[in-house]
Amino acid sequence: MATATTSAQSAKPRPHIRWSRGMPMLPTLVILLLFLAGPVLYSVYLAFTNRALRGEGASETSFVGLDNFTQAFDTSAFWNSFTLTIIFTLVSGVIGQTVLGMALALLLRRAPSWVQAITGAVVVGAWIVPEVVAGYLWYTFLSEDGSLNNILDLLHLPSQDWLISAPIIAVSFANIWRGTAFAMLTFSAALAQISPELEESAQIDGAGPIRRFWSITLPLLRRAMMTALMLITLQTLSVFGLIYVMTGGGPSAQSQTLPLYMYEQAFSYGQLGYGTAIALLLLGIGGIAALAYLRVLPKEDKE
Amino acid sequence: MPDVSRRSVLRFVGGAVAVAPLTACGSDHANTLRISYQQFGSGRVMEAYIKQAAADFSKNRPGTAVELVPLVAAENDYFTKNELMMSSSRTACDLVYEDTFILESDVAAGYLRPIDEYISKWPEWKRYHAVTREAVKAEDGKTYGVPIATDTRGIWYHSEVLEKAGIKAPWQPKTWDDLLEAARTIKRELPGVIPLNIYASKASGEKTSMQGFEMLLYGTDSTLYDEDQKKWVIGSQGFRDSLQFIRTVYSEKLGPPLSSALDPNLAETAQNGWFPKGEMAMMIDGSWISRAWLDDGPGKWPKATEVVKLATMPTQRGQGAGITTLAGGHSWAFPAKAQQHDLAFEFVRHLCSLKNLSEVTINDRNVTTRTDIAELPAYKNSSTFLPFFTNLVKDATYRPALAPYPQISTAIQVACEQVMTGSRSPAQAARAYDNAVIEIVGRDHTTKEA
Repeated sequence: MATATTSAQSAKPRPHIRWSRGMPMLPTLVILLLFLAGPVLYSVYLAFTNRALRGEGASETSFVGLDNFTQAFDTSAFWNSFTLTIIFTLVSGVIGQTVLGMALALLLRRAPSWVQAITGAVVVGAWIVPEVVAGYLWYTFLSEDGSLNNILDLLHLPSQDWLISAPIIAVSFANIWRGTAFAMLTFSAALAQISPELEESAQIDGAGPIRRFWSITLPLLRRAMMTALMLITLQTLSVFGLIYVMTGGGPSAQSQTLPLYMYEQAFSYGQLGYGTAIALLLLGIGGIAALAYLRVLPKEDKE
Repeated sequence: MPDVSRRSVLRFVGGAVAVAPLTACGSDHANTLRISYQQFGSGRVMEAYIKQAAADFSKNRPGTAVELVPLVAAENDYFTKNELMMSSSRTACDLVYEDTFILESDVAAGYLRPIDEYISKWPEWKRYHAVTREAVKAEDGKTYGVPIATDTRGIWYHSEVLEKAGIKAPWQPKTWDDLLEAARTIKRELPGVIPLNIYASKASGEKTSMQGFEMLLYGTDSTLYDEDQKKWVIGSQGFRDSLQFIRTVYSEKLGPPLSSALDPNLAETAQNGWFPKGEMAMMIDGSWISRAWLDDGPGKWPKATEVVKLATMPTQRGQGAGITTLAGGHSWAFPAKAQQHDLAFEFVRHLCSLKNLSEVTINDRNVTTRTDIAELPAYKNSSTFLPFFTNLVKDATYRPALAPYPQISTAIQVACEQVMTGSRSPAQAARAYDNAVIEIVGRDHTTKEA
């Protein structure tokens, strides 16, 4: 049927598209509005109420305006989580995953295919592993009598206790391990697009490898970099399971990023309105980060 | 329909059966009673108890059915699921299993209805210990639940280990100093043995608040919540002293190593690892932990009944009654939005008949809330440790489990963890707690200790 209409259309000018032709889409639209837009709007509304599962705000829900937000800005626990979220996102996402992913992509470019295959399998394997499993693997690796300390013991080196002394760094490492594959794959694909002639002519002009990277490769990769950075930032902001399994946000909230803080408020204390407000703030942080990246992109890249 | 294969019919029926449990409480069947309870881990005692009672109950009442709604969840998630169901008349069960920890919060939220009119006509009610009857009363003075079982707390000690350190059983500290002195003696005489476990990390959650901190605080002259003024107490000497006790235990290395103390699995490690192996001498812990040492438990330990002994937790300077114990437990409660309150209470009377309740209490090795069950030989002989904990019930303190309690409890855990790790002094941690409480309940609901 499709072929018939297209041949007929090519013969004569396109008829005016009528609304009625969109009728088959209607059920989809209704369902989307009902099950996607509805809950989204409801949760935005919740953020401005005192809806709770327990105590005050459970017997009757009332509209409280910006109270949840002012309460968040007045609470030290919120700022603690905010700071930790920024640290976690910068260390594990923006710096760790991007730099390591770029390094791997560059190194694998000239590597023999069997090295590419093995490295690719290992890195992508870490990415495929479910978040909870990755969290548990890292917990068993870093914990007091975990494998890392056993290795250090064998080498007669002092043992570590990062899960307790530097929990946010420990979960950042785990997240770098888990998420590097994405950056590596993105950059590998982008590097494959760069024609070798460019590099060769630069080499003939006498540019060393570092100069070639800075002046040729990096500018050509800028678009891929920005896309990868934006996606990584948004993913890292919302990491929950990995941290929950490894440290539960502890000890005493030293690794409680905003998603964990939100979970504690909404589901451990039943403060649904306040928890939803935190979720909106998290969404806002993601939005600001995305806008910032878009601003950094030069105009010619946005076409 | 001869052309329909038997298999497809079976498949359809199978599908219907699989879907049936998903439709939770709240269909409009008159005379079907729905009852929700927590199903966590592998224990099936509760389920068997309700099923058995339900079968008898419907037998005597033709046309009445009881539907079980197990909520498979760990503690916090169970509270949440239960509250979500109670918040609508379409999903509210007729009877729910409520932890005393959350009972008053749920009353304040309007989820539950008072049952005074029913218990006034129920002769068995006076058999419940006065403290357990108080525990199911809310701020408004009305009763909201029928206690099923309770639990109390004390000091479990490994008599062989204490013996080696030169402390003869039966041992009973009279003050906090006696307890610390015993711990120091063990440390001195038996290097490598952890003298005492007292929960003090945020990861241990409510264990830290109840088995740890509150066992200390309620043995001082201060309290957590002023019942007369209906306000949360801040700036109290007892609070600082309790934190100081925890600080002393961990700074003198009388407790577990910090890494283990901060681990969420500390309880299992201590109860089923160190303690049975004789690597830990004393634990301030709850009445239920001996279940793990039974033949079908995760930490099977046949010698437990011979070597494990119990001491009561002393008050700070031996003041007052000289002992402190906190009690918790569960009760049957009645969602306000359910339809069949009369029938639900009928069923509770049946569930709590002497025969039914004593059986489940004995099978589950719980501490009973009732004087008549406490007297039964079958109950007394069901466990070596049970009589000790049953005796504590009459003097037990219940937590001020009001709506803000879960958050205040977390603030307590944070304070304990700060002094345990030494990141703050007891005075600093207590001040941080005071600020946290003001943040949670508002300054008007706090009172400074004179």
